[in-house]
Amino acid sequence: MNEPKKKSTWRHFVDWVNGEEAIEVPKKISFKKIDFNKIKENFEKYIWSGRKKAIFYLVMCAFVCTVFIAILLHTVSALPYFGGGNNPASNEVVQRYIESGVEETGATNIVAGMILDYRAFDTFGESNVLFLAVICVVMLLKKDKYNTTQQEIREEKEDEMFDKEDDNTILKRIANLLAPMLFLFGIYVVLNGHISPGGGFSGGAIIGAGLVLYASVNGQQNMQRFFKYKTFVLINVTCLLTYCILKGYSFFTGANHLPNIIPKGIPGALFSGGLILPLNICVGMIVACTIYGFYALFTKGEI
Amino acid sequence: MAHVNYIHNIPFISIFLTMFGGIITPLFSNGKIAQKINLIIVCIVGVLSAILLGSVWQNKESFTFMMGHFPAPWGNELTAGPLEALMALTFSFVMATTLLGGAKFIQNDILAEKQNLYFVMINLLFGSMLALIYTNDIFTAYVFLEINTIASCAIIMAKGTGESIAATLHYLIICLLGSGLFLIGISLLYSITGHLLMPNIQQSIIQLTRTGEYAFPFAVVIGMIIIGISIKSAVFPFHFMLASAHPAATPASSSILSGLVLKSFIFLNIKMFYCVFTIDLIRNLRITNVLFLFGLIGMVVGSVSALKETRIKHMLAYSSAAQIGYIYMGLGLGNHAGMVAACFHILAHAATKAMLFICAGGLMSVSEGKDGIHDLRGAAHKNLMAGIGFTVGGLSMVGVPLTAGFVSKLYFASATIYSPQKMVITLLTLAISMILNAMYFIPSAIAIWTPVEKKTERPKVSRRMEIGIAIFIVTNFCLGIFYKPIIDMIELGIGLL
Repeated sequence: MNEPKKKSTWRHFVDWVNGEEAIEVPKKISFKKIDFNKIKENFEKYIWSGRKKAIFYLVMCAFVCTVFIAILLHTVSALPYFGGGNNPASNEVVQRYIESGVEETGATNIVAGMILDYRAFDTFGESNVLFLAVICVVMLLKKDKYNTTQQEIREEKEDEMFDKEDDNTILKRIANLLAPMLFLFGIYVVLNGHISPGGGFSGGAIIGAGLVLYASVNGQQNMQRFFKYKTFVLINVTCLLTYCILKGYSFFTGANHLPNIIPKGIPGALFSGGLILPLNICVGMIVACTIYGFYALFTKGEI
Repeated sequence: MAHVNYIHNIPFISIFLTMFGGIITPLFSNGKIAQKINLIIVCIVGVLSAILLGSVWQNKESFTFMMGHFPAPWGNELTAGPLEALMALTFSFVMATTLLGGAKFIQNDILAEKQNLYFVMINLLFGSMLALIYTNDIFTAYVFLEINTIASCAIIMAKGTGESIAATLHYLIICLLGSGLFLIGISLLYSITGHLLMPNIQQSIIQLTRTGEYAFPFAVVIGMIIIGISIKSAVFPFHFMLASAHPAATPASSSILSGLVLKSFIFLNIKMFYCVFTIDLIRNLRITNVLFLFGLIGMVVGSVSALKETRIKHMLAYSSAAQIGYIYMGLGLGNHAGMVAACFHILAHAATKAMLFICAGGLMSVSEGKDGIHDLRGAAHKNLMAGIGFTVGGLSMVGVPLTAGFVSKLYFASATIYSPQKMVITLLTLAISMILNAMYFIPSAIAIWTPVEKKTERPKVSRRMEIGIAIFIVTNFCLGIFYKPIIDMIELGIGLL
């Protein structure tokens, strides 16, 4: 390789066929290979070229956003007036939901009837999204040999020592008083999801907030006495399985016009609304676990 | 007791079975058991789809399936016809073969304690693709699109290296851009039509176009929905996410992403054309011309970028971008024959590119994991099956007769007859793109078959990978030789959409 520049055209071609030479060498970004001394020498030039690019992107960004906002605003102004009686959206679909929703689903909360009975397939997908999201975070952040270093483990141990030393008595007392109330309120919202406003998603979020509060005040160790990774997976899987099986049964009977043995109950009573109550409980537990799971994984990388 | 038509239950059973599989998989801490369960479920779905295809093909029918107790505009609905069944069959076949062939990579690349979670993702990804194929409701499509996005990001990220996480971020941002546009489009569409079910929306749209009401919002809606889905299927300016995602992911993930995930979005686009907006409207609004243009540019730009690459997986990623360009060009021709050719190319490319990624992975693993093409010299002698597979795949991409790629290119070329004004440019671009394909596949084929002097011992090659690649090769030739019935099925299916 004395004279690398003087290659014959044929040699170039042979090298290209062998895959040793690209027609244009691709820009490989490798942080090891960046020559920082060179960058320091030409700092002014470097920064300026970067800045030019940045200004260009900024201008383009502002331009695209402005155009997009203008189009959307114009679109919105041309849309039917919100809540108008003659809107295309106020049609036979909404009419049936409102007029015969209570009778057909057994739930006095029309929204619960809609998401867990009329359009339960979408909600099944939504709960799967939550499950998937938390499994993704587990995959990414749960400690393994790739994403933790010795230093991080040491720092965490120090953190735990400090946690034990300081006792925020007032904070702990108040939080421990508040947490059960939050749980209770969350459970109430979930259980009454088919009778009053609320339901699995909102109630689950409240329970999740309670779990986060309890864990952040009392430390993860105390939490792990009753809520380990295994419990977490088990709750998630059981709830989704229940949802899957119950709704699978309901879809199967519904689509094939088979008799459905699930009673609807008297609208307004706690045990009414057919499958809506158990489904709300399932969704609530999944949401609570998901919220707590995110918190635990993002702070400590463990559940 | 009412008579139950079990054939009509197949779409519902397929979706719920895969979801069920995904949900129970975290309980098995052993990755191998999870893999077996996953493979069994995919095979069952494949068999069921084949039965469904046989039935709808014989009866020449398309049916809707009520999800729940409430009929059309109130509850959710699934729909299935020959095209949907064919897609489901192909997807499950490619999925099963990829998982068989890529099992070794998954075991090597992903940490043992997280392998079961990988299969959760694969199961749910497969379930979401089935739901996207069968759905008759655009909001259900959105929900499963979300599942699809998250799961496909997760299978890129599964390797856990810094490179794969950076690639995932890139992929996620582009995907979210697409989903966001699609969601805004759906909500605007709902407010002007008042429906979420595809046939009902179509009726309202026909009404709207007749009266000329809400013309501007409607144009915005069409643009957003079609552009959103096209972005997610990596059409030309957005194909760079593939170039970072494929090399960073494990080969099985790359195969699934390139072979199936992108195709499920393209299929959703086709469904939007036929079941929601009606093809005449799409043609009148010149949406097809836009897609045609981007398809053509994508074909050339993708191939040129692939030509410049010296790393095999980057090369395949850019080649995927070019092939997506082919499909959009077919859609953009705007005639029936172009659609048929595009649908056939979806199948052909799904089978071919999945094989190419598995083979590239196999060749890399016998060359100490290096991905430069010159590092792979002689790799085909060490891993014979992968070498043959790569060569067959390359020939199919170039469009050599008897392979799957030839048939789709033939049909693309003949479809141009029905769109005379686009004929010359399409044929020219097809020719250029084929020459470029040959220019980058032949050197890599030469490189892998170059004999190396050093007599090294042949490393042990996974038996399952060999079987998987062999199945793919046979499929490729089958698609290339016995294509007539498949084309007939696609034609019937598009007619019934």
